[in-house]
Amino acid sequence: MIRIERRLEQPRWLAVAVPLGSLVAAFVVMTLVLLATHHPPGHTFWRLLVTGFGSTFALNSTFVSATPLLFTGLCAAVAFRMQLFNIGGEGQLYAGAILGAGAGIALGNHSGWLSVPAMIGAGVVGGAALALIPGVLRAYLSTNEIITSLMLNYAAALVIDYLIFDSLSYWRDTSTPSAKVFPQGKVLPDAASWPIAHLGGIELPFGFLVAIVLALFVWVLYSRTKFGFEVRVIGDSTRAASYAGMRTRRKILAVMALSGAIAGLGGASQDGDFRHTLDPRGLTAAGYGYAGIVVAALARYNPFAVCLIAFLLGGLQNAGYALQGADFPSGLVGVLQGLILFCALGGELLTRYRLTIDRRSRRAEAVT
Amino acid sequence: MILASGVNDSIGVVVLASAVVYGTPLLYAALGELLAERSGVLNLGVEGMMLVGAVMGFWADLRTGSPTVSFIVAAVAGASMALIHAFLVITLKANQIVSGLALSIFAGAVGLSSYLANDLNVADHPARHAFASFLPNGWRTAPVVGPILFDQSALVYISWVLVLAVALYLGRTRPGLNLRAVGESPAAADAMGINVAAYRYIHTIVGGAFAGVGGAVFTLWITPQWQDGITGGAGWIAIALVIFAFWRPGFCLVGAYFFGAFSGIPFTFQARGILKSIPPELFQSLPYVMTILVLVMVSSAGARRRLGAPGALGIPYSREER
Repeated sequence: MIRIERRLEQPRWLAVAVPLGSLVAAFVVMTLVLLATHHPPGHTFWRLLVTGFGSTFALNSTFVSATPLLFTGLCAAVAFRMQLFNIGGEGQLYAGAILGAGAGIALGNHSGWLSVPAMIGAGVVGGAALALIPGVLRAYLSTNEIITSLMLNYAAALVIDYLIFDSLSYWRDTSTPSAKVFPQGKVLPDAASWPIAHLGGIELPFGFLVAIVLALFVWVLYSRTKFGFEVRVIGDSTRAASYAGMRTRRKILAVMALSGAIAGLGGASQDGDFRHTLDPRGLTAAGYGYAGIVVAALARYNPFAVCLIAFLLGGLQNAGYALQGADFPSGLVGVLQGLILFCALGGELLTRYRLTIDRRSRRAEAVT
Repeated sequence: MILASGVNDSIGVVVLASAVVYGTPLLYAALGELLAERSGVLNLGVEGMMLVGAVMGFWADLRTGSPTVSFIVAAVAGASMALIHAFLVITLKANQIVSGLALSIFAGAVGLSSYLANDLNVADHPARHAFASFLPNGWRTAPVVGPILFDQSALVYISWVLVLAVALYLGRTRPGLNLRAVGESPAAADAMGINVAAYRYIHTIVGGAFAGVGGAVFTLWITPQWQDGITGGAGWIAIALVIFAFWRPGFCLVGAYFFGAFSGIPFTFQARGILKSIPPELFQSLPYVMTILVLVMVSSAGARRRLGAPGALGIPYSREER
């Protein structure tokens, strides 16, 4: 008879063995899916690996895909750690991209280096403002933040569509006749292009470095300050927190604003680092916000683990895009991400509980 | 008759008729989620289950042309997605919110549903079976009620039967009573000799089947074709709908048509060229904005507990730790 018992203490080796085991399990299940749908698994995985991480070019593209995941992953991790389920990272990223692009266009080429900090500031404001809507509703009216933040994702996507496709807004390029027929965003001025750090042959986007600094900041904030301590207590037990006199309402507002600000900064990085325009189709098709939830959950809300996982999943996503075609199915990367997360969730059971095969369990129960 | 057709062409009647059309998938999905939540299992993967049901049902229709087979396939597809969630949160006691989100990403618009659609090559085909009303012509053209209630597909009437069936099941049968006990207080239910895990498994899986059918309503009836992410957030609205409905099936019906109206308005207005000066995005955002507004009204009306949220919703049950 197999029994499930709660572990009183968690052995060290489990913290490494379980995530690795989950990863292996996910790939095993994926192999079965691929076999069932007549795709050669070995070849498919090998191509994913080579296209994601196998060359300097692959690594550079992976940094491009990993940067937004790093932002949205931190966005989710910061909020989820307090059991505040902000799944609006997607919409908050759009909001940051809108305001960030606006700031970049407004400053033009006259203000020199000021453009980059201005875009960062605008992105932060945009993301935080959108996140504060579900934040305020949750704090003051105890409205479920999961649904409100998600609904705002759809609303924010419609706002971007409106700005570029259905209006003559400030963001839309109307300078040439063809741009009037085929709607597209204004190209940002050169001063609004964020710098690139070169490390050997590797090109690190400025946004990636900002996100790493941000991860460090989040780690210090959550593990070394009173604020972070209170957030963690609220996350683990709301009741304990209120008995201790912690102000939950203020924490909800602060954490939502921080979470949204990080996603919004990711949106500004999309404008400044990669797209150099407000790109509705590109942003809404990518699903960075949802992938960020996978990143945060796999990282178990640890900011450093978020960096690592974002890089790995970024490679996967980059390879998925690069290979997409007749013989490489779309949706494969989403399936694989979901499977990894399922297996990690299942694996968590093994860190909390112990499976014992116990033949004498009935007698033991009879005694107690 | 001329008078009647004049009334039936009026904007009010057209909007109400489209409310029933667009409310139907919401109703199926919300009824399913209601069953799962009444057993204490919160399943946030509705959008994913709907999409997988939508693509598999559509594929079955292309293969067989039989609506019955198509909806059975859609139900099985939705149920198998729900089984993943059930295994994770009931047997492995994983966090229900995270597992549900994982399901919505795994099965969702950029996941399994898109993978399957690609693999089964279902894009760019119209559905083979066309749904039409089977009621007599005189009923369908009756003023006002004709287009709203009678010129609808059988899917609408089946959903009404299901509302009644779920209401009777919850209120009048022994298993329904047991289900409510499991959702309110699993420890007490366990002491009564009810198998908590079995009840949770069954109702989560049946809920998934309902969501799968709801998704297939899109691909087989409303817009009879496949495109990635065709449900457009309907699964999330269905989750909100269960909250507005205070976990009662009858209110689900009213709520579904309320949101169906907001989902249908952009299409109706666009087709008729009404309010062209207002950007279409404003109308398209209505269902999402209304969801937030109604959710705020419900949550500010008082504690959710008083409104009928199952007491053990979202909490895993294990006998050793009660």
